[in-house]
Amino acid sequence: MAGPGPDRPPGDATYRDLVRPLLLPSWLVIGILMVLPVALMAVYSFLTKEFRGGVIWDFTLAAYDQFFLDRGLFGDDPPRIEWTYISIFWRSIWQAGLATLLCLLIGFPTAWFIATRPARTRGLWLFLITIPYWVNLLIRTVSLRFLLRDQGPLNGALQWLGLLDSPLSIINTNLAVQIGLFYSYLPFMVLPIYAAVERYNFALSEAAADLYANRWATLREVVLPVVKPGIVAGCILVFIPSLGAFLAPDLLGGAKTFMIGSLIDEQFRGSQGNWPFGAAAAMILMSLVLIVLLIYARSQGRAPR
Amino acid sequence: MSTAVDIRDAVKRYGPVTALHGVSLTIADNEFFTLLGPSGCGKTTLLRLIAGFEEITSGEIRLFGQDIARLEPHQRPVNTVFQQYALFPHMSVIDNVAFGLKMKGVDPATRRARAGRMLEMVHLSQFADRLPAQLSGGQQQRVALARALAPQPRVLLLDEPLSALDLKLRQAMRVELKQLQEETGITFIFVTHDQEEALTMSDRIAVMSAGRVQQIGTAREIYEAPVNRFVADFIGETNLLQVTVEEVSEDRATVVLPGGHRITCPSASSSTGLHHLSIRPERLMISDDADLTATVERVVYLGTDLQVIAHLDGGQPITLRLQNAARVALPEPGQRIGLHLEEGGARLLAD
Repeated sequence: MAGPGPDRPPGDATYRDLVRPLLLPSWLVIGILMVLPVALMAVYSFLTKEFRGGVIWDFTLAAYDQFFLDRGLFGDDPPRIEWTYISIFWRSIWQAGLATLLCLLIGFPTAWFIATRPARTRGLWLFLITIPYWVNLLIRTVSLRFLLRDQGPLNGALQWLGLLDSPLSIINTNLAVQIGLFYSYLPFMVLPIYAAVERYNFALSEAAADLYANRWATLREVVLPVVKPGIVAGCILVFIPSLGAFLAPDLLGGAKTFMIGSLIDEQFRGSQGNWPFGAAAAMILMSLVLIVLLIYARSQGRAPR
Repeated sequence: MSTAVDIRDAVKRYGPVTALHGVSLTIADNEFFTLLGPSGCGKTTLLRLIAGFEEITSGEIRLFGQDIARLEPHQRPVNTVFQQYALFPHMSVIDNVAFGLKMKGVDPATRRARAGRMLEMVHLSQFADRLPAQLSGGQQQRVALARALAPQPRVLLLDEPLSALDLKLRQAMRVELKQLQEETGITFIFVTHDQEEALTMSDRIAVMSAGRVQQIGTAREIYEAPVNRFVADFIGETNLLQVTVEEVSEDRATVVLPGGHRITCPSASSSTGLHHLSIRPERLMISDDADLTATVERVVYLGTDLQVIAHLDGGQPITLRLQNAARVALPEPGQRIGLHLEEGGARLLAD
């Protein structure tokens, strides 16, 4: 993204000799922490599974075949589309999309509220937002399970208020998973939007009002487009981890709320696992995320920032 | 001439702080009216009350007879040129200019055509599809002007629009603004702290200080007939001398300076006793036909002018400005000189 260095053009031989060694650490980090694991995963997805976990070094498309195609119980029927895993993916995309939308609807006003407080109290509000995140996500998700169960405080309060006659079954439903996802990732929406709104020049809103825009038109025509980078960043930061989340669906959901994260998680546990299949599911998930990002980048005519 | 803006007893308080103490003024249709004053005098607050960005605490604002004091900004038929321009960074120049028309519901073809004409008027047609960030400060300034003029407001508000420009551009824009105002026939209300800007462009000027209007008049009136010390001191250079008023009649007064000199001059005051006298430095001449006598301290060479710093016989400092003409003999430090005061060069102030 950065332009050429200030002193010498990048084509200059001396410049290259000077800069290349300095770039080495970043190449190492990217190589060891990003390229290598992804490459390993890609390779594993094409290997043959061993029954007690692990792999046999025989290259095959079996994992992808299993994901997309149904060849019957004995594997000799004419192949049909296998909906089991596609529907899990679809449910994950739906849940993650909904969580992103909810986080946006709640996160934008929250971020706006904080960014428009006097400078000295903003830090306090941000601090309050981040406090719960000092506790491990696993513990918070387990706590949510206790809050949401049939005899839990939420149902107790609703019944005490006379809003319910009998407990509402929230736990083990898609709603519980949605609450978990929303709660887990809300700050990832609030913080980038806050950063964008904090930089927003409120004279622009005055200019819009001066030019006959009412409040909604000002929001639609000026505020949202100007803070859009923050909104997009927040949506990406919520959508992607929600898509692959496994704690919330695992602890708050049941069999009917199974999501990709849990599916992948399961493939690497104990003797029931299937490493190549887990790797293939992870590769498909990653491709999906990349496609979404590329479509967005293409629609913007530039790389996402 | 009809009245464009009529403000009656406008008061604005922010908690315990009062920014405007009951300001009243009337601005005529087609007038180039300037609110002039130092920072914190309330001039920008007054402009923002007219635009509707601030809510008036009490008082009335009428626009062509209609009370607009309780209307939202988007309901007022006025447009503003903002100090830092406030151009929409995500819109092209032409979309910025067309924004007001779009919000008014003008169809796309018409608004594009009118925005195009506006850009032509400010000589920016070739930049129509650029983003504001790709323009220089002076060009952005002109986009802001075109954007505010495009919806054809009846009154245009300008909040120190030239203060972010460099000197040369500022001087060129003064001429352009004045021309634009005459061509469009729109009432301009211009806020500035720069007296030169105010004097060169305005039909009338309201000098403001501490949340009050001190004086309203043409450039000539406020320069030559300031009503009080603040106006005399703020507009141009002046010598302020403490004098004793002996006699006041009609609008003239006879005053005595501490050195014993006696002067009769126009007066803005009707009481006797201690007052301030304003003497413009360029209205004093070295002459044998002397009203005052002084001793020269220093002569400062300014190119077109010479500044002579002296003290009167009573000990008070006095400065005079002489044109640097061939016939002028330079006074020497220590020399005693006679000073002739031109008629109208001195004025007794109200406070």
